[in-house]
Amino acid sequence: MIDLQWVGDYIDLSDQDLNELAKKITKAGINIEKVISNHIDNLVIGKVIKCKEHPDSDHLHVCTVDVGDEKLQIVCGAPNVKENMKVIVALPKAILPGDFEIKKSKIRGVESNGMLCALFELGLEEKTEENYSKGIEEIDQNAPVGMDALKYLGLDDTLYELDIHKHRNNDCYYHIGFAYEISAILNRKVKLPVDNYKEIKDDVCDEVKLEVKTDKCPYYLAKEVKDVKIGESPEFIKRRLKSYGMRSINNVVDISNYVMLEYGQPLHFFDKEKLGDKIVVRTAKENEKITTLDEEERILTPNDIIITDGKKPIAIAGVMGGLNTDVDENTKSIIVESAIFDSVSVRNTSSRLNLKSESSIRFGKGLSYEYTNKAIDRACHLLEKYASGKVLSNTVKHDKIDKKEKKFTFKTEQINDILGIVLTDDDVKKELEKLDFPYEYKDKLFTVTIPLRRLDIDCNVNDIAEEIGRLYGYNNLNSTLPKLSTRKGEYIGDVKYRKTISKRLRNLGLNECKTYTLISPDMAKMFKYESKENVILPNPMSIDKSVVRTSLIPSLLNVYNYNKSRQVEDVMIYEISKTYDKKYTEESKVTCLMRGNYISSSFEKIVMPVNFYVVKGILCSLLDYLGFKNRYTFERLDNKDMHPGMSASVLLDRKQIGIIGRVHPSIIKDDVYVFEISLNSLMTKTKPIKYKAASKYPQVVKDVSFVVDGTVTNEEIIKVIKKAGGRLLKGARVFDLYRGEGIGIGKKSISYSLTFSSDDRTLSEKEVMELFENIINNVKDKVNAIVRDR
Amino acid sequence: MDDLVKQLKRDLENLNKMPELNDVKAKYLGKKGSISALSSKMRELNNEKKKEFGITLNKIKNDANELINLKRCEIERRILEKKLKEETIDITLPGVDIPMGSPSIVEKMVEQIEQILMSMGYDVVDGPEIEKDKYNFEMLNIPKGHPARDAQDTFYIEGNEILLRSQTSPVQIRTMLKGNGQTPIRMICPGKTYRRDDDDATHSHQFMQIEGLLIDKKVSLSDLKGTFDVIAKSIFGEDTETRFRPSYYQFTEPSVEMDIKCHHCKGNGCNICKNTGWITVSGAGIVHPNVLRNCGYDPDKWQGFAFGFGAERLAMIKYNIDDLRVFYTNDLRESKTFDRKEAE
Repeated sequence: MIDLQWVGDYIDLSDQDLNELAKKITKAGINIEKVISNHIDNLVIGKVIKCKEHPDSDHLHVCTVDVGDEKLQIVCGAPNVKENMKVIVALPKAILPGDFEIKKSKIRGVESNGMLCALFELGLEEKTEENYSKGIEEIDQNAPVGMDALKYLGLDDTLYELDIHKHRNNDCYYHIGFAYEISAILNRKVKLPVDNYKEIKDDVCDEVKLEVKTDKCPYYLAKEVKDVKIGESPEFIKRRLKSYGMRSINNVVDISNYVMLEYGQPLHFFDKEKLGDKIVVRTAKENEKITTLDEEERILTPNDIIITDGKKPIAIAGVMGGLNTDVDENTKSIIVESAIFDSVSVRNTSSRLNLKSESSIRFGKGLSYEYTNKAIDRACHLLEKYASGKVLSNTVKHDKIDKKEKKFTFKTEQINDILGIVLTDDDVKKELEKLDFPYEYKDKLFTVTIPLRRLDIDCNVNDIAEEIGRLYGYNNLNSTLPKLSTRKGEYIGDVKYRKTISKRLRNLGLNECKTYTLISPDMAKMFKYESKENVILPNPMSIDKSVVRTSLIPSLLNVYNYNKSRQVEDVMIYEISKTYDKKYTEESKVTCLMRGNYISSSFEKIVMPVNFYVVKGILCSLLDYLGFKNRYTFERLDNKDMHPGMSASVLLDRKQIGIIGRVHPSIIKDDVYVFEISLNSLMTKTKPIKYKAASKYPQVVKDVSFVVDGTVTNEEIIKVIKKAGGRLLKGARVFDLYRGEGIGIGKKSISYSLTFSSDDRTLSEKEVMELFENIINNVKDKVNAIVRDR
Repeated sequence: MDDLVKQLKRDLENLNKMPELNDVKAKYLGKKGSISALSSKMRELNNEKKKEFGITLNKIKNDANELINLKRCEIERRILEKKLKEETIDITLPGVDIPMGSPSIVEKMVEQIEQILMSMGYDVVDGPEIEKDKYNFEMLNIPKGHPARDAQDTFYIEGNEILLRSQTSPVQIRTMLKGNGQTPIRMICPGKTYRRDDDDATHSHQFMQIEGLLIDKKVSLSDLKGTFDVIAKSIFGEDTETRFRPSYYQFTEPSVEMDIKCHHCKGNGCNICKNTGWITVSGAGIVHPNVLRNCGYDPDKWQGFAFGFGAERLAMIKYNIDDLRVFYTNDLRESKTFDRKEAE
């Protein structure tokens, strides 16, 4: 929150429309989320000329009020209203907080042309019993009648609510820093507040000894102010703290906060008597304890920086002071601490203790020692002025801060290259002056020194380009395209495979899914068909998302269940995602889940329910498409989560690449089929496509049915057929499978359609029959088959 | 003889069935038919008359055949018409559901961006989701203890060294390292990223980022602006207005946020743009010299820009989706709608 009236102390804003200014500032990079204005139209200072009792009420008054250009009759219910009093008048059309519009009206039959106001009615004070009974606000007699009342009272503040990016957090969250930002935009100079004071003879170095035992405190200043008189703060301090959202406590405490909001440097005041004569800055011991100002006992660790009196902790550095040295109404002498503590350490301490303070936020962002110096002087000035303090001479000091100037050299051309604009050296000079960045210019070279308050700027030309660019206005940049050679982008590596497979699976009717990589331990236990160990997160957000998956099947089962419970009957889905094992070995998996009707029509009898062979068909179509025809095989799979009779390992070039089959009914009752294969295993070489002319000679088709033992597989029979058939056998296709009556228990009948042809002649009937018989005999012998129904 | 033809015409007139037609044909042209009978008369005539009679008879036969054939065609046509009428189906009944799969909604968004950027010469690359802190943060100018890390609350796996990547930027680092300080780069790297956020309508512990990187000899912020314009217009329509705002990222300098004019309210202010008229869709900037240097590119010779989109966020804006969780529940009733090409 930035108070613009306050900023006005450091830079002239009297001619500015503050709403417009907010827009300019936002455009230049400091985002103003909200402009809050206390201004109320038609609210003026008036003088009560006459005050009579209302004829029809025992507490109302009928007043005649001079508001400058006219005299109005106003009915007022406040007990304190009297003649000659100066008051705040809300004229008709004034809109008070709560969207309350003042209108001409009659109150108990008497005309009233406005309202005399209390501060709480204007949203400037809390609505309390006490404030209510006080009645309307009395304004001092010097107030000019007819003037804007809030302006006269100095209450017509405008506040900016900021949402700043992290890097400008340190210099734009205090009023002087913000004034510099405005100064760059408006090209006006900043005037710093007065910080002079008298020093008495006593030397603070005789009063207190400083020892810094940690390198996490590179800079520490302390001054003593004695004979302070604790009392109320002056109005402007109270008002400004209030508009920022801070409660006024007393003049001394308020000054430490006030200076912090001016310079961004948090200060801490110790009661000198309670403190003693020693300040030791060190890291805490394990389990060391301190009770902080909020009366909570805090347990410390060696990562925390603390201030001690040589024996016990008296403050958690940068976070909060201790109760044992706090400033109270009896305090006479104070030690003003202005220091720099390691920002990371303060952030860690504050977050570990869950103790965020105005101070810890600022230390956490980092500070510049320039303002550590300024702030202590400013505080002494204010303590002298508003708490009658006497400042001791000299300063207790520990100084290990890096004072190297941020200085570097650049050319205008470099700025232009980065931004894509054309500035001249003179333009750059102008911009640097606006920014108040001191520079030297020689032989077309700029050497710029970055002010200490700009902690965000490093010594590189990009930083300067950014500063100049944002003031130049990014909206003023042209839209150009890089002047580069044309080329077509490509999918690289596994992305290419993922895209190809994805496209094929979508064409085969599967819908793509995206699920979470992190799953529950229960899910991770399922479908462990590889010997992989899971990565388990040491600090998960919840147990359901604590394990990095090695299989996508459990996630797709969840998607199935989600859809099923929403009456989606036919679920054909796939996902391609990366998986990781405990050694962080990456493997992309292609996983499909199918259940329901693959093809269906609402009224015709065209239905193809998903079964093992449909899923296998999808997988084979994919593998064939990728060029692996005849390179893959299926072997019976033994996995506790898969149906033992309906599942298989998928092998490519005899190496397992995945699994296929029905999910075990103990996991899901529905007949859900899945396959999962490793995408990485598919990233191997395949042969190029070759044209093969179809035979010009007729083909002969012969059918045969074998009755075999139920355990004999198609693959075994086909192997025999192919071997016996030789090169004239062009195809062997299963066209019927039968189990049941007429062929014996435990037997099955399997029928093949065999195609014969030659590429160079027409086969004779005799030749085909010999071959056919040979095949039949071989099958009979090798797999113990009987030929059925010849 | 003319009478015969006239009679035939009469016989044919009211006829409409095939067997009846065959009967009529037999009656006139069959072996014992009345026209065939005439030929027996030929024998009784002399040669000269025979010739004349023969010509006339042939003509009658031809005429009769023609008449019958015409009738046959007519009957056949009528039979076919009847058959076709009987075969009429209700063409308003639905067609068979041909199995065709849809992309996931977020992937559809990613693919659109890929297409635009590939046409501009960007390769699409991929990188590990379990990453080293070094690639995810340190080389991106975010040293340990830097406050920028707080905003990306990260899932660490092993100490503070191995993590689930909180951004896809490490892929840029890996690509630059491969480029060895020698090769120009144009790439995008859409991929999953992970942050310790509770899942709700606007947060997800897992989400898709699409980051892009261009490294070459002379590349400016104005070029980034032009590139962003092309992307924004092709995703949100030719009339999309864009703007750049100053921003801050540790790995770019200058940094910008890229906004599009709210296409719901046309910039007048609505819920979607929080009454600002603009929607932020991307963060971007000129690659920080430290990052270039970390990856072996000399900042005095090379320059580049990087940009990043949230794929889910883009999809939420484009398709007016108000809950981020939609992308991970995979409700097929919703995703099925996305099995179509984008409107032209």
